[in-house]
Amino acid sequence: MSRLTDPTAPSEEAVREGYFGAFGGSFVPEALSGALAQLADAWRAAQKDGAFAEQLDRLRRDYGGRPTPLYRAERLSEVAGVEVWLKREDLAHTGSHKLNNVVGQALLTQRMGKPRVIAETGAGQHGVATATAAALFGLDCTVYMGAEDVRRQRLNVVRMQLLGAEVVPVDSGTRTLKDAINEAMRDWVSNVDDTHYLIGSAMGPHPFPSIVRELQSVISVESTQQFDFQAGGLPDAVIACVGGGSNAIGSFAEWIDVDGVKLIGVEAAGEGVGSGRSAATISEGREAVLHGSRSIVLIDDDGQVLPAHSVSAGLDYPGVGPEHAFLARSGRATYVAATDQEALDGFRRTCELEGIIPALEPAHAVGWVLAHGRAELGDGARVVLTMSGRGDKDVDEVLEVAGFDVGVAKAFGEGEA
Amino acid sequence: MIGSDAAGPTAIQAAFDRAKAEDRAALVIYLTATYPDTATSRACMEAAVDAGADVIEVGIPFSDPMMDGPTIQAANQHVLDAGRSVSEQLAFVADLAHLDVPRLAMTYVTIADMRGYARFADECADAGLSGVILPDLPAAEAGPWLAEAERRELATVFLASSVSTDERLAAIAQVSSGWVYAAGLLGVTGVRSISGDVTRDLVARIRQHTDLPVAVGIGVKDRASAAEVARYADGVIVGSAVIRAAGERDPDGAPDRVHALVSELRAGVASG
Repeated sequence: MSRLTDPTAPSEEAVREGYFGAFGGSFVPEALSGALAQLADAWRAAQKDGAFAEQLDRLRRDYGGRPTPLYRAERLSEVAGVEVWLKREDLAHTGSHKLNNVVGQALLTQRMGKPRVIAETGAGQHGVATATAAALFGLDCTVYMGAEDVRRQRLNVVRMQLLGAEVVPVDSGTRTLKDAINEAMRDWVSNVDDTHYLIGSAMGPHPFPSIVRELQSVISVESTQQFDFQAGGLPDAVIACVGGGSNAIGSFAEWIDVDGVKLIGVEAAGEGVGSGRSAATISEGREAVLHGSRSIVLIDDDGQVLPAHSVSAGLDYPGVGPEHAFLARSGRATYVAATDQEALDGFRRTCELEGIIPALEPAHAVGWVLAHGRAELGDGARVVLTMSGRGDKDVDEVLEVAGFDVGVAKAFGEGEA
Repeated sequence: MIGSDAAGPTAIQAAFDRAKAEDRAALVIYLTATYPDTATSRACMEAAVDAGADVIEVGIPFSDPMMDGPTIQAANQHVLDAGRSVSEQLAFVADLAHLDVPRLAMTYVTIADMRGYARFADECADAGLSGVILPDLPAAEAGPWLAEAERRELATVFLASSVSTDERLAAIAQVSSGWVYAAGLLGVTGVRSISGDVTRDLVARIRQHTDLPVAVGIGVKDRASAAEVARYADGVIVGSAVIRAAGERDPDGAPDRVHALVSELRAGVASG
């Protein structure tokens, strides 16, 4: 067993600041190193400051609508053959878990005295959350979004614009999340003295993966208490979808040290693992440096990053946060994958059985549970599944990709000629 | 032969010394390997040296070049779209041994790391390179690479920025060899123009920590800006403007356009 697969083996990396085992670090242009140090300092100071915690709690509760419910989805459970408890991040303000991280980083931005934030976004959920916080705190806001994602998540583009953010479509590379991150990094390199890059996932250079994890861990701080109170005992598994991995790391955080609870991350397999059109980074990738940290990446022998493919813009990313790479290598968490088709099935079933229109991202987790949950976890196993966002943004794309006939044409008197 | 016989840092120092002896700044020219095609790229490199480049930075393309603006991004993508592998690009570099100036590879840490630092250092040294520039490798993460670079006597040029603290500048000066690369502005390559006073101040601050030459790049694009920088720096680095000359219009005319631009820049560094 190598050092990478045995988390208990002592190693130099294990104690290096900003590293999770061999993963993490800070691989950025020199212009950003100072900003990262400033951010790390601001974060350390904030964590020691009771006023910061108080502000954050108040914003999350009174503005953000926390705590979000933990809900036992009975009809879905019946079909899945396992007992599914949904952690309802879709009910939080802005419609996803993203605000948890954003309000925290917006407070840090204020503490650092920076008047402007920038963000990358895939599905638009992080962009909307950032635009929301920027409006709330009176910050200038620019959001970078792949041109392909601008097309398929139009509703969120309009929401960001309504909130006063500038949305910049990114036409380079694969025109998706990866390229939006590149462009946000270039903006940050150019404007680092007055701008905070409000990274939305548990990825990027140190200290971002740690900050995002801490801010998102509110999901599992709540879910551990809620499950104990509402269901009693421990769940058999905690399940969340993984793109960069922010909702998953937040969903896992408080459970990591709890024995007997499986942690399952569901990546997007696109047209299938091995199809060459997938975003299942941990299943198919290898160790490499991308976007400022060492993690697992879909990348070729030459070190050129491969395009990812997924029906979900939020999971359509060829990298993953470094702590997930560590949890995968250590074996503490298991990473599986759901295809586009399984995700669409999860989407439809959640709508029809629970009256919840899920975002396509957590629909992957639902789709995996429906397809594999009973076989992998056992009949009647109890699972906490993070419903990381609501799916209003996805309805056009779902109808187009899946060709679901829900009677749209009939309702609008179209298509009868 | 300056470029291929001496160890990397020594060869680079000699190039800067030679320029200094002529009472001018050294001219460092960036060109992307095999852009727009192998033959044109080779001819452009030769033209740059013939027109007075003292050092050549050879860009090894990466799919996600965080420090590069649209011009060099497009050149990178063009080479990747043509399907040329890193090995092919390094073979192309090895074939430049006739150029009588030191050559350095400029690429991103992802490329070097994926091959393994040991193999990448071997390949660079075997291709006749004097050094390597990895703009996203900070001094604090550089240890494993530096061990391999030193083993093969390759220089490693680190970037310094106007927002670097004195503590960081000291660390950069300590790990750098060949020269210290002072970023002429806060930003990516080929978009904005150099920030004069800020950069002059940065160069002065770097000099407090090292006797290495200090060269300024990012934001230098023409004779006037080269002359301006040459007044206070030991070297002037130009990339995007050269790529535009190499890439635009007909490839047959590219070497002549590069020659004309580099001649202008050379006149600039001599008048500064």
